[in-house]
Amino acid sequence: MSTVKIELKPHQVEQIKQICKEFNNDPGELINVLHKVQNTFGYLPAEIQELVASELNIPVAKVYGVVTFYSFFTMLPKGQYPISVCMGTACYVRGAEKVVEEIKKALNIKIGETTPDGKFSLSCLRCVGACGLAPVVMIGEKTFGRVAPESVKEILQEFL
Amino acid sequence: MSTINITIDNKTLQVDKGTTILKAAQKAGIHIPTLCYMHLEDLNIEHKPAGCRICVVEVAGRRNLAPACATECTEGMVVNTHSLRVLNARKTVMELILSDHPTDCLICPKSGNCDLQSMAHQLGIRKIHYQGEQSTYREDTSPSIIRDMDKCIMCRRCETMCNEFQTVGVLSAVNRGFMAVVAPAFEQNLDHSPCTYCGQCVAVCPTGALTEVDHTNQLIRTLADPAKTVIVQTAPAVRAALGEEFGLPAGTLVTGKLVAALRRLGFHYVFDTDWAADLTIMEEGTELLDRLTRYLNGDKSVTLPILTSCCPAWVKFFEHQFPDLIDIPSSARSPQQMFGSVAKTYFAQMLGIDRKNLVVVSIMPCLAKKYECTRPEFAVDGNPDVDFSISTRELANLIKQSNIDFLSLPDEDFDNPMGESTGAGVIFGTTGGVIEAAVRTAYELYTKKPLPRIDFHELRGLDGIRQATIDFDGLKLNIGIAHGLGNARKLLEDIRAGKSNFHAIEIMACPGGCIGGGGQPLHHGNSTIIKARHKAIYLEDSNKPIRKSHENPYIQKVYQEFLGKPMSEKAHHLLHTIYFDRSKKSFVVTQE
Amino acid sequence: MANYKMHILVCGGTGCKTSESDMIAHNLRSSLQQHGLADDVQVVMSGCFGFCEKGPIVKVLPDNTFYVSVKPSDAATIIEEHIIKGRPVQHLLYNDPATGEKISESRKMDFYQQQYRIALRNCGFIDPENIDEAIARDAYQALGKVLTQMKPQEVIDIIKRSGLRGRGGAGFPTGLKWEIASKVPGEEKYVVCNADEGDPGAFMDRSILEGDPHSVLEAMAICGYCIGASQGLIYIRAEYPLAIERLKIAIRQAREYGLLGNNIMGTGFNFDITLRYGAGAFVCGEETALIHSMEGHRGEPTFKPPFPAEKGYKGKPTNVNNVETFANVPAIILNGAEWFAAIGTEKSKGTKVFALAGKINNVGLIEVPMGTKLRTVINDIGGGIKNNKKFKAVQIGGPSGGFLTEKHLDTPIDYDSLTEAGSMMGSGGMIVMDESDCMVAMAKFYLDFTVEESCGKCAPCRIGNKRLDELLEKITEGKATEEDLSLLRNLGQVIKDTSLCMLGGSSPNPVLSTLEHFYDEYLAHVRDHRCPAGQCKALVHYIIDPEQCVGCTACARACPVNAISGERKKPHVIDQLICIKCGTCVEKCKFNAVLVQ
Repeated sequence: MSTVKIELKPHQVEQIKQICKEFNNDPGELINVLHKVQNTFGYLPAEIQELVASELNIPVAKVYGVVTFYSFFTMLPKGQYPISVCMGTACYVRGAEKVVEEIKKALNIKIGETTPDGKFSLSCLRCVGACGLAPVVMIGEKTFGRVAPESVKEILQEFL
Repeated sequence: MSTINITIDNKTLQVDKGTTILKAAQKAGIHIPTLCYMHLEDLNIEHKPAGCRICVVEVAGRRNLAPACATECTEGMVVNTHSLRVLNARKTVMELILSDHPTDCLICPKSGNCDLQSMAHQLGIRKIHYQGEQSTYREDTSPSIIRDMDKCIMCRRCETMCNEFQTVGVLSAVNRGFMAVVAPAFEQNLDHSPCTYCGQCVAVCPTGALTEVDHTNQLIRTLADPAKTVIVQTAPAVRAALGEEFGLPAGTLVTGKLVAALRRLGFHYVFDTDWAADLTIMEEGTELLDRLTRYLNGDKSVTLPILTSCCPAWVKFFEHQFPDLIDIPSSARSPQQMFGSVAKTYFAQMLGIDRKNLVVVSIMPCLAKKYECTRPEFAVDGNPDVDFSISTRELANLIKQSNIDFLSLPDEDFDNPMGESTGAGVIFGTTGGVIEAAVRTAYELYTKKPLPRIDFHELRGLDGIRQATIDFDGLKLNIGIAHGLGNARKLLEDIRAGKSNFHAIEIMACPGGCIGGGGQPLHHGNSTIIKARHKAIYLEDSNKPIRKSHENPYIQKVYQEFLGKPMSEKAHHLLHTIYFDRSKKSFVVTQE
Repeated sequence: MANYKMHILVCGGTGCKTSESDMIAHNLRSSLQQHGLADDVQVVMSGCFGFCEKGPIVKVLPDNTFYVSVKPSDAATIIEEHIIKGRPVQHLLYNDPATGEKISESRKMDFYQQQYRIALRNCGFIDPENIDEAIARDAYQALGKVLTQMKPQEVIDIIKRSGLRGRGGAGFPTGLKWEIASKVPGEEKYVVCNADEGDPGAFMDRSILEGDPHSVLEAMAICGYCIGASQGLIYIRAEYPLAIERLKIAIRQAREYGLLGNNIMGTGFNFDITLRYGAGAFVCGEETALIHSMEGHRGEPTFKPPFPAEKGYKGKPTNVNNVETFANVPAIILNGAEWFAAIGTEKSKGTKVFALAGKINNVGLIEVPMGTKLRTVINDIGGGIKNNKKFKAVQIGGPSGGFLTEKHLDTPIDYDSLTEAGSMMGSGGMIVMDESDCMVAMAKFYLDFTVEESCGKCAPCRIGNKRLDELLEKITEGKATEEDLSLLRNLGQVIKDTSLCMLGGSSPNPVLSTLEHFYDEYLAHVRDHRCPAGQCKALVHYIIDPEQCVGCTACARACPVNAISGERKKPHVIDQLICIKCGTCVEKCKFNAVLVQ
């Protein structure tokens, strides 16, 4: 997994230690800790994983093994407006693939990437459960249903 | 224990409750092939992730095939281990594994010694029907170990050794699905991790994914350099295992042939690390007595237990994991390094040559020794005390490359002054040996009386953690022994918690001690091999005319002529070392 | 509830929320405020009504008027017309597609008529964030009955007699599972609710948790009483924020009411529930993987036995059931085992919830008695195929399930019939496909999913599914041979036969079942390099039929690569060298002039 190099500021270190403490520094709570840390920082760079490992007294390799196992965890910061295209079966059969292609073209990024200006990042997810509205695209907090490939540009325009 | 009746391949038999199909079949003389499974019975290590699925068998009444390694027998079970369905599944799974594995067997360091290769042969794979993308990873080289994960088959044996047995925790499965692989954190190189280079991952790897850094070519070039005087030292455990590479039964001692082979390879002097082991006992034994006496006299600055420090993997382990305890281990260098520093001073002077023209090579059962020679504190002006180390396996390969018919070699003796050793030096090669050697010497130095007996059976054995109390003429000395870093960790945690009542503890990183080292001929999961080497070491000891380190005439000589006495200033300078706190280091490095 | 004369339920399921149902509720409230009716009429965000196709749904009580496809701008009209003047808003009523009649009561709609709601009994009827409403509909009565009148074994016997089987997919008898866990000795035991619903296209469990969280909490406490556990854990996908929020509220309210925590209802029984979050790994639906994940490890399954009942969470005896399974339990306790056992077929009792989706008119969440025929679900409840296209297949059980065809339409939906037909019950995803769906491409869609979600622990799943996927890719590109088809079949069977867990053990089902039922379609790809459904890009050509083309230029304007040329009002032509086969022209042409060959 590619990563970015960061330097944690003292208050961030304190924040992470505090989160670990909330979970009693219990290694069994690793996934809950990672959820909370990612919620706070947006992503889980190596330095954070190292700190979590030392707070929970487990090998950092184990933390990395867990982070890379679960698709929810990311080591790269997401865009200001993360775009998620539902790739559940209902959306797939109703043309989600074409929508993804269109977004890729419009933003000139691949799945898992972020635009150079940090504005958008693109990912696919499995079933948001709005199958009646298939295909579904989520941008930031906002959900768009029955998205046609040709409406992609218009939708993106809203966020520019 | 209740028994169960089962039928395997039309043979009916009775097995104990809890027996797996694999073990039951073995009992019936049926060999079910396995790949990821590993059971080192005598060392209490069982690894059965049931991941490779090569051992699947057909159990009547079950919908799917069952992995024999993990499925327990049940009453009346009927098993077929080679039905058409089983053979087809087994071959198909094997083809799948091979389809994600390079086929460069011809030039693979593991060729001829690879479990995957033999399994492909055994299953009669002639074509890989399923082809597609292969997973590829960046190659990683460290001072001791090369990771070529393209060859990883995800048996996860290395992960078990690193995490459960050694509790080093450097390796973990990372990513998932087709991209899953075993790697250090952030898929960085091992030298950015707390790896101890114990090499147990290499020792159990069924393929060429984990191998040692090979120094044989460097050795060949060095031996051909007319400007250099090349000397060799060979560790005790090597002589108890090298024969296996030439078809001799495990446990055959080949000391004489080993010396003869090394001479034919072109070494100018063939010495013995056992000699340096005797030297280690002089230093470590003296240090033990010094600390013990001061402790008993109420000196509060002295802490006990004293821990042995011969094993470089163990040293690196406590530097990373127990930095708060770095004052406890003996400051004595390992025999390999004592040999190196004496050779490049005392022996170089004797020959009248500059240390830069004297090359010290070591033959070791160990991969961490390769790393140990590169530690900066073991060099003078950039010139290392030990130039490089090659493993038992590499030596065997070099002997073959040099057209030496090992089995027909005569027995020859080591050279002097650094080749004479005692039985005490020999037993350094196995768990319990270092402390037994130390007891033999410390007893006589402390009590000023001759030992009533030379064999301390209470210190021997293969249990992971052992303890014994030795009566030093009234002083009850509590001794602890651990092999395997996971076992060592338990003793260290007791010390940290103030619960330890040991005076001295011996620790070796590898299962069985150096005889089970990461550089030894591969045991392929057969732990009786390690047991046989263990016995051989004690046999060599009992055959020795002198069995106490302090009685070694060449040890006495080196103190008289050069070092003065144990723990002298000179000895301190050349034979002792300091340890570093490596826990604080961040392992995150940026990679392009 | 007593103070209000009327209630307006607004669907707060994820689907309707996506269509701004929050805004509808907000507008309804402000309109009520304006008219001074805020104290007379209550607006409630309820759980999913199920009829997602027609969402957002708004229901007015007590007269049971069911409004469909409501927009935020309709809110004022509903208040002014319906609430104030008592006249239902005609244009928001459901239009029966067969008769053209307006229907205002949901139970009279085809979509609901064949349904039987047990697990979903409260969804769409209560405010899931208000425990009083749940209690008004009998929530926690079963728990009270169990704790005060019954011994654990008596409860287990009821569940056993009811014939309830695990709704997570495998169909293991629930009562038996509880009995095993109850008999394993241990001071510390756990009840785990598996809410890691991960099938693409499935949202049954989420809807239950969003619409009626108390049914699950209650059932977990009952289970805890039966097996001797005082701690419950719900393992829920982090991607379900609304369900998580509602569970948190429900747990808090249940604790406040003394229905969770110490000394429940004064009986001395202690039971509390905490949440554990999944992090996006489908394999964690497998119970051993789920337990490892809850313990903070990679969610890799381990060989069974030992089963969780013997050695589960933290090594302690653990009973794992899925959301829907739990949701059935209180109803069974209250209505009796015989009541439940009377519903369904001989070996599959009760009902099953399905997420009906795909090329079907009525996409939604449905619950039908076991044994209901596929035809009923697709034609009556589902309202048939969208755009009057022809039914081709229905896929049940997500990536683990198989495809069923025309000839299976009269197959009763139950565990054993579906397995026999080469599919499986699965957790309840049901995707309908029409003639324009290529079965090879669909099989590949599922395989893509499995490849991404395989944990990588065992070789057949890690490498085998990858190879299956690659073979399918070869086929969809027209590069495969007939030999590849036999390789495909052999590989599928071996993966099924040798994988460590049910993810690998069932992942070849989409391939094997399409090979079985649509072999000709595979052959067409391989032998004739043709995709009969016209979906596989590499194998299709788009041409314009000059007879049909009127030269409207719609296609040429829409073509993203300008491959279409032609003068106005004259037949157009597609340049095959430029065409990227995106299909836009087919969608744009109003004259069916673009042919796919």
